Amino acid sequence: MNADKELDARGLNCPLPILRAKKALAEIGSGQVLKILSTDPGSVKDFQAFAKQTGNELMSSTEAGGEYTFFMKKK
Amino acid sequence: MDDQKKLTIIATKGTLDWAYPPFILASTAAALGYEVTMFFTFYGLQCLRKDLSCLKVSPLGNPGMPMKMPFGPQWFKDINWNIPNILQANIPWYEDIATALMKKTIANNGVATIAELRELCQEAEVKLLACQMTVELFGFSHSDFIDGLEYVGAATYFEYGGEADISLYI
Repeated sequence: MNADKELDARGLNCPLPILRAKKALAEIGSGQVLKILSTDPGSVKDFQAFAKQTGNELMSSTEAGGEYTFFMKKK
Repeated sequence: MDDQKKLTIIATKGTLDWAYPPFILASTAAALGYEVTMFFTFYGLQCLRKDLSCLKVSPLGNPGMPMKMPFGPQWFKDINWNIPNILQANIPWYEDIATALMKKTIANNGVATIAELRELCQEAEVKLLACQMTVELFGFSHSDFIDGLEYVGAATYFEYGGEADISLYI
């Protein structure tokens, strides 16, 4: 999947991945896609909750070797 | 904007550990689009000091706090130092030692500092209210605190609390 911007939140803990993602989303346009990398297991549910409450679309959420990758499309 | 959700938090604790929940919840709510107001009263005022080195943690009398070392080999890190209260109370500078160890643990775990979370709240335009009565009671002066605060009383808190969807007392 192609992303317009990438955010490396690996090694960060709650609530920093969400706060950094919010900031990164502010820097892209509507309909553009943000790729987020995280190592926080709590971020899986948190990004779902973030998407639900902010209206941004969580297009995919995957895990490989303890690393999580999210693609989020800005509202 | 009237359908915007609103959160208020009353922050009453002035230790390093208890400074976290109000700022974590406030910054996250702001990121989710909430309008957030925080009212700092009594010991909570310590969270608004320019110099945050006043925030310390004490494991003394806190059975819920695991006492693990943030350095050394894994077997050493895994030890929970179950020191009896009567001994803890007799170790000089115990709070300073525990605070230094907790700050190291915080950094090791990629957890933000209080200063960082507070800045994120300010950037997100979280409204910060300080209890003027406590400022006087504890002998503080406004110059002890960061800029951008409003010094108010309980009635002003309720102006926001009364309109809020969620209100938390921490």
